[in-house]
Amino acid sequence: MKKIFYFLPLVILAILAIYLIMGLGRNPQDLPSVLINKPIPAFELAPIKGQTKGLSNLDLLGQVTLVNIFGSWCEACRLEHDLLMKISKNNLVPIYGIDWQEPNNLVGPRWLKRLGNPYTLVGDDPKSRGAIAFGVTKAPESFVIDKNGVIRFKHTGRITENTWNNTVWPIIMDLKKQ
Amino acid sequence: MIVETGHFALVMALCVAAVQSTLPMIGAHKKHSSWMALASNAALLQLLLLIISFAALTYAFVTSDFSVTLVLNNSHTLKPLLYKVSGVWGNHEGSMLMWVLILAIYGGAVAIWGNNLRPTLKARVLGVQGILGFGFLLFILFTSNPFNRIFPAPIDGQDLNPLLQDPGLAFHPPLLYLGYVGFSTTFSFAIAALLEGRIDPAWARWVRPWTLAAWGFLTGGIALGSWWAYYELGWGGWWFWDPVENASFMPWLAGTALLHSAIVLEKRDNLKSWTIFLAIIAFALSMLGTFLVRSGVITSVHAFASDPTRGVFILALLVITVGSAFALFAWRGPALKSTGIFQPISREGGLLINNFLLSVATASVLLGTLYPLFIDVLDLGKVSVGAPYFNSVFVPLMSPMILIMGLGPFLNWKRGDAILALKQLQIAAIIALTGAVITWFLIDRATVLAAFGIGLSIWLFCATLSELAGRIQLFRAPIIEVLRKLRRQPRSSWGMTLAHGGLALVIAGMTASSAWRVESIQSMMPGDTALVSGFEFTLKSVQNIEGPNYTASRANFDVTNRASFKISLEPEKRIYVVSRQPTTEAGIYSTFLGDLYAVIGDPDGKGGYITRLYFNPLVTWMWFGTFIMVLGAGISLSDRRHRVGAPARRKLPRGATAET
Amino acid sequence: MKRKNKRLSMISAAFLAICAAMALILAAFEDNIVFFYSPTEIINNELQANQRLRLGGLVEEGSVQRATGSPIITFNVTDLITTVPITFKGILPDLFREGQGIVAEGNFRGGKFFATEVLAKHDENYMPKEIAEALKKSGKWKGAENALPQTK
Repeated sequence: MKKIFYFLPLVILAILAIYLIMGLGRNPQDLPSVLINKPIPAFELAPIKGQTKGLSNLDLLGQVTLVNIFGSWCEACRLEHDLLMKISKNNLVPIYGIDWQEPNNLVGPRWLKRLGNPYTLVGDDPKSRGAIAFGVTKAPESFVIDKNGVIRFKHTGRITENTWNNTVWPIIMDLKKQ
Repeated sequence: MIVETGHFALVMALCVAAVQSTLPMIGAHKKHSSWMALASNAALLQLLLLIISFAALTYAFVTSDFSVTLVLNNSHTLKPLLYKVSGVWGNHEGSMLMWVLILAIYGGAVAIWGNNLRPTLKARVLGVQGILGFGFLLFILFTSNPFNRIFPAPIDGQDLNPLLQDPGLAFHPPLLYLGYVGFSTTFSFAIAALLEGRIDPAWARWVRPWTLAAWGFLTGGIALGSWWAYYELGWGGWWFWDPVENASFMPWLAGTALLHSAIVLEKRDNLKSWTIFLAIIAFALSMLGTFLVRSGVITSVHAFASDPTRGVFILALLVITVGSAFALFAWRGPALKSTGIFQPISREGGLLINNFLLSVATASVLLGTLYPLFIDVLDLGKVSVGAPYFNSVFVPLMSPMILIMGLGPFLNWKRGDAILALKQLQIAAIIALTGAVITWFLIDRATVLAAFGIGLSIWLFCATLSELAGRIQLFRAPIIEVLRKLRRQPRSSWGMTLAHGGLALVIAGMTASSAWRVESIQSMMPGDTALVSGFEFTLKSVQNIEGPNYTASRANFDVTNRASFKISLEPEKRIYVVSRQPTTEAGIYSTFLGDLYAVIGDPDGKGGYITRLYFNPLVTWMWFGTFIMVLGAGISLSDRRHRVGAPARRKLPRGATAET
Repeated sequence: MKRKNKRLSMISAAFLAICAAMALILAAFEDNIVFFYSPTEIINNELQANQRLRLGGLVEEGSVQRATGSPIITFNVTDLITTVPITFKGILPDLFREGQGIVAEGNFRGGKFFATEVLAKHDENYMPKEIAEALKKSGKWKGAENALPQTK
């Protein structure tokens, strides 16, 4: 009888652990987007200051593209930027940017001026319209879109050289061949 | 190169931990003394390696080596040196490195000062420490390596979260970790004792200093965090029952219970399995705190970058270590026989009730913290459990505890006389009652609860003083004799007197600042005056100023009480250049009776500013009270009798009957 | 046997104490749990005027208005389907911004939310979990099934 008490902590720990695991399970980071293999939703974003053309879903038709959500406030975007510059310099794939949640319309363009602009077109997205269309939860996030405007791949977080070489670039090559 | 050395040292530390966690354990089992002796060397080597590793990371931060990703993400050349250094632990990876470093420091301390431990016990304690170190080093190397590089190195970094660029918060994590991780030592002692199947008063004496150290650091760490929230968040509050705060508070409650139950074990050879259980729980709660803060399962205002992989890893560590500890407890625990018996009314009885109340309080905080998660997991909706829950549970639980805290030290071990004790406490009781009544009738806006809180505080303070007076026979013996007794008081009993007295001050501060805080929010033009609790706050001017890595609007308030008192306050609203994040710096002037507190907000569009002004009564009492409590822990720690080497030199004359 | 009796009475006393503590905790839960609502839910639920609740969503662009010369601030919170006006007196948190997710605590009377507290995360980069979920419920969120809030 007395021994049962000594097992109580173990039982409570087990119950607690189950709840905590379930709690963790509720927040998986990289669940594939429900948008995968679906056409991009319609959206239209104004240009950022200093440019004439914004970004809409129609711009993404006709060729394989990479859509990148970024913001000058975002640390990981800064880290990703060098890679994006390399990609655009080598003309690997056109990159379209969504400049997300800038505090004012000046910092985004200034950031691109300082670090270089790898984007074919950039849409200004202070109201999260574009981000919500793509279901973005955090920046940076990138999407590979095929010729028909269908989302084929989503990457959450920074694209590193590794992920680019091993994952993203092979997918783009495949899509280009189709 | 230095960074690589640090990385290499970290990997080496993992290897050493692997040795430390296996060979001494086997040695202790098979009685190979040379294998057991390995434990100390391994622990010291691990400490050395982790110091190298930590120093390397600090070097990277100080020299702004932005090729290290962690430095890039958390530092900036413009940052003052202090914050470059504190940037080392102001992030997940670096703070985990600090975690294992502190673990190694405690391990090294056991290795150095634990010479009088039974060799098998010492080997096992260090072995368990080795296991913990191994687990956490694995965690760091696999999921959170602080030494990752980025090529090519960018020119400048992303800066440390501006909220963390603050002296209070710079030292808050180290203290907190010294507390959290300190409980790993008591945990290791508990496991080692269970493995040996031998738990006796000597064991309790060995554990005591580690518990005291951990408790003292944790108390200081929590107070520093609370102080930071008070002046930095600009809400005038000091405790928000936020999950992250609770994460540090739960081990504190369990640790306090442990501190007291270990005394019963030490003096009376009783409450054995309960003490072991608390030693496991205190560390389990520390690990749970680490998990909650870093896994993102619970939404909090201030949590680290959360990452489910890290969460899974910490949870696995927690379940494995605590699970096997509890399993061992279930297996070996029932065999632990307590010899001492006692009456319900006795010192033991008092400490037992205090333990019970502290445990229930811990459980209620745990429940409140995890409740939103339970509800979420069961898909019953999104809820939050806020301060009202905790307050309405905590006050009724803690009030009887405070009452007993005053009474307990007057009861004898084994069989106490409540009537006699109460007689000795007559004066304290009368003063406390008078204080409560005066509060109730004479102070504006006094609620029953506030009067009660003040009464409790006075009760505890006077009871603690009467206990000291009784011990030194104040007013009953010649003054020379009294002074001699005062000098002869063992440090551990000074520890108790200070800790209890300090808590009395803290209670007074908490009660007063919650009950009589005066808040005034308004829009003010330069030249305007607002009246707060008898003080006139005049906004003189608002200027734009430039700091080293921020710009700010700084307001200048003159505060006067229409008499001779006149000071000025300069709250700021800062915007940090790199992250563009705004922060609030409250302007605070502390007096004995309360703090004058001013915060400047946004412009109101008419040339004025929104301001928030407070009079926060007795807030400094809380900080001072916790300081006294920590001081008590320190003095008690320095008691020869309780030092690690205690049982060996017991020849000292034992001062009076004093027992803490 | 006498000792056994004593033991029994101590155990029952402890049991009673635990029951009392449980009752205390449960009662506190009953009164002090604050439910979280999205703007759409708050409009569609029957709520008592004095019930404390939390409302989360995005601060609508251009909706923040300060009554000149007074610390009263009004703004709208939206889940992109329903918009709820919020009234708040005081200084907004440092990270409050239009277009940003916030959580307000207070009560809902006559179609207006009176906030006693407005919370924004210490970290501006990410969407708080509750808000992401509120947006998901409103069907405007087309992203990953489970959004992860990232904080630091």
